Amino acid sequence: MFEHLKFRDPKLAKRVVEKIHEVAPKRDTVKICHVCGTHEWTITHYGLRSLLPQNVEVIAGPGCPVCITPASEIDEAVQLALKGVVVTCFGDVLRVPGSEKSLLDAKAEGADVRVVYSALDAVKMAEKEPDKEFTFFAIGFETTAPSTALEILKMPPKNLSFLVSHRLIPPAMELLLGIGDLHIDGFIAPGHVSTIIGLKPYEIFPKAYRMPTVVAGFEPLDVLFAIYMVLKQIKDNTARLENEYVRAVSWEGNAKAQELMHKAFQTVDGEWRGLGKLPSSAFKLREEHRTFDAREKFGVKISRGRDLLPGCQCHLVMIGKIEPTECPLFMKACTPQKPMGACMVSAEGTCSIWAKAINTTENRIA
Amino acid sequence: MCLAIPAKVVSIQGNVAKVDFGGGIIREVDVSLVDVKPDDYVLVHAGYAIQVLSKEEAEETLRLWSEILEAGEKLERNDLR
Repeated sequence: MFEHLKFRDPKLAKRVVEKIHEVAPKRDTVKICHVCGTHEWTITHYGLRSLLPQNVEVIAGPGCPVCITPASEIDEAVQLALKGVVVTCFGDVLRVPGSEKSLLDAKAEGADVRVVYSALDAVKMAEKEPDKEFTFFAIGFETTAPSTALEILKMPPKNLSFLVSHRLIPPAMELLLGIGDLHIDGFIAPGHVSTIIGLKPYEIFPKAYRMPTVVAGFEPLDVLFAIYMVLKQIKDNTARLENEYVRAVSWEGNAKAQELMHKAFQTVDGEWRGLGKLPSSAFKLREEHRTFDAREKFGVKISRGRDLLPGCQCHLVMIGKIEPTECPLFMKACTPQKPMGACMVSAEGTCSIWAKAINTTENRIA
Repeated sequence: MCLAIPAKVVSIQGNVAKVDFGGGIIREVDVSLVDVKPDDYVLVHAGYAIQVLSKEEAEETLRLWSEILEAGEKLERNDLR
């Protein structure tokens, strides 16, 4: 769609890159952080880092919802599956390691684990097989949470419950600013999360932290322009909230979706894999919908999970502290075929994206 | 996972719309979260339309991009004078 509008016009890209080189500081290192797996994919797939000045770094924050789901919550899903409940989940979640097992391991042991494209698929499956108990493992950021909320509020079949593991992006961005030695100079905020929450929740970053923040889309030109806009703010010594993705993101966001989320969920503290507990960063089903809470319905109790295998540096990759290639396991013990850490599992995990890009480059050379 | 793909709404029946992702791919998606009519463009995420895309704003984006680039160039020309 909109093909004629040339969102990938190489000539325009060349000119933005020239602009980026013009406004970028000559010596000081600038670190721009994005918080979205899809942004990382665009940046890596189109080789955007190679177009930037040497002193402009773009790092990937915790923007992969599958990667940041803690092992304890994967364990909950595994426990449900082994108890005989049919666990439905997105395809990315299947191989994510829990403390001992992934959902795929549980499936191999005979548990009924099914991949769905949407929450609605889980509803349809539960309706079709009323004599079986179903759970939908609801993972994802604000982009995904409204669809879970919608299905809960629509009164799903009695044999369907929800294992809610949704997480929120702005608290994760705040966490990054609290990490002293990360030294972030600007944010590229995630476009699709923003279609739902709008611009308002990011206001705090320029206001309280003096952090230039630009909401960006996912075409290579969107990301290049966002980088330019952050650099321009840094050059002008100002910190503003800007919207590059005006064709999809408004100030107020999707009010309908926000209302549904508010009706279905309350905000609570939440565990993030390898990062600990972040305040007000997770959704929990509201009291009046607790009959749909899989944890209560089946008495699931996991006190502690093991987020990282020995040697795994996912927690540092996820906050952009190190690049995947700095992890001793990367493409040695941990590969997309046999992942050890969550960042190598999901198609949106930084390690997985880098691994595939390296493979592609090598293939091209060969 | 926050991947969302643009598609054109072909027809709507209640909360379900047939949308065209291009290249002959037509799928049913839930449109409860948005107000749409046929021929609108929507962003689809995990089976749900999460936002309506504005064609005017898309055109505006490109206009703004050109403006940003040109504004910079004009300024530089002025600086040189």
